[in-house]
Formats: sequence, C-alpha cells, structure tokens
Amino acid sequence: MTGWIADFMNHPATYLKSGWLQISVTNLLVIILMLAVFALAVLIPFPKDKDGHQK
Amino acid sequence: MSEMWTAKLRTKWQKNLPIEKLLPDDQPAYVASWIYVFGVLTLSALAMIIFSGIILAFEGPAWYHTSHAGKFTNSLHFWSVQLFFVFMVVHLWGKFWMAAWRGNRFATWATGAVAFVASIATAFTGYLVQTNFDSQWISFEAKDGFNSVGVGAWFTVTNLGQMLLLHVAFLPLILGAITVVHVLMVRKRGVVPPIDAEATMVGEVGR
Repeated sequence: MTGWIADFMNHPATYLKSGWLQISVTNLLVIILMLAVFALAVLIPFPKDKDGHQK
Repeated sequence: MSEMWTAKLRTKWQKNLPIEKLLPDDQPAYVASWIYVFGVLTLSALAMIIFSGIILAFEGPAWYHTSHAGKFTNSLHFWSVQLFFVFMVVHLWGKFWMAAWRGNRFATWATGAVAFVASIATAFTGYLVQTNFDSQWISFEAKDGFNSVGVGAWFTVTNLGQMLLLHVAFLPLILGAITVVHVLMVRKRGVVPPIDAEATMVGEVGR
C-alpha cells in the first residue's frame, strides 16, 4: 500500500476521549456519515418522470 | 380439500401471499422516497458479500493474501460488509422513526432485529478469520471478553477452525434464512405507510 492512503491508514487510530466516552475519529466519522445519508434520504425528493409520475 | 399437509400449506400460502403480492409491479405513492430504498440496498450489498465470499472460499487465503485479483476480491468482500451495515443502519433508523411495527407488522420488525444481531455475529467471525496479525490480535482480545462472561468453552474465538465454519456455514445460513423470512413478511404485509397517512389508509394497513 502506497501514497496518501498508506500515510492515512498505517498508524494507530486517533481517539477522542471525554470522561467515560471514548471513540476513534474514524468511527465518529462513519456515524456522522450515516446520519448525513439518513438526513439526505429523508430530505432529497425522489425523481419523477416527465409526466410528473413518481419513478 | 385434501387433508394432506402439502395441500394445507399450499392453501395457506395462496391465501396469505399470492403471487401478485410476492412479485408486485407497483407500490403505494408514499414509497417514492429515498428512505424506502435502503432495504433493497442492504439486500444488494448482502448479495455482493455472498458472491465475493463464495469466490474467497473456493480460492483460499494463499490466493487472496498474495495475488492482485485475490486482494481485490478480499477488499470487495470487506467493503461490501461496510456498505451493508451503513445501509442496514439507515434502513433501521428509517423504520424506527416511521414505527414500522404498526399494522400487524411486529414479526417483520422482529425478524429485522434478529437479522441485525445475526449480521453482527457473522461480521465479527469474519474479522477473526482474516488469517493475518489483525485477526490474531482481535481473537486474543475477544477471548478475554468471552471468558469473562463464562461462554469461552462454547465460543473459542482463538480456534480458527470453529470461527471459519461459523463464518462460512452456520451464521450465513441463519442470516440467509432470517432475511428470506423478513422479505416474505414485507411482501405479505406490504410496505408500512407514513404515520400521517394512516388515517387515509383504513382497511389497507395490516393486510
């Protein structure tokens, strides 16, 4: 594995800690990504065809 | 009517799940939303996991640790699992917030929940059978957890043979069976309507 991916992945994970809560930055990013996908799935209108019918 | 169990089963199946419900060609208007897409996205990811997993099983670790095609297929299997869980979690959130157990759909909700748990077990045994230093580290951490709750004698996570058979045989069979039942339940009851649409759907809900 070479390049920026190797630089990004070939070291121990960075952790955020606040009292009892500890989470890796990667896991936090994945959770934020899932929340963003959920919000977009609810908010973005589903495409319609040219006659106005739902596809 | 014949008293044979085959005839009884056929009659019950045709009453509860006729072919029009099993293979529908239209859906209610409220299904035209991106949030309703995540169930089938989860199934698509599962299909890719099974497809890549079968190739990995036939070729073996000596292939998928060394050759370019093997590493690609190995990565395809891994990233399909990541997408599978992302899609399944968004599907779960969507169904939770629309209270998808309404309209006599408790069994649909329950089989989905059990499929989620079975998926976690399948994924975790997958991490244990990578046959690399990562899986060695994970198994030695996991054994302490299992021993601390007293089940280490049944789930020996450092036993590669046991974990491999659980991952490629037992757990996929369980997950596959639950998934089939879950999809049949969805087809039988229909897709749950939005909460504010229920009042206009009297007679429809709970079919």
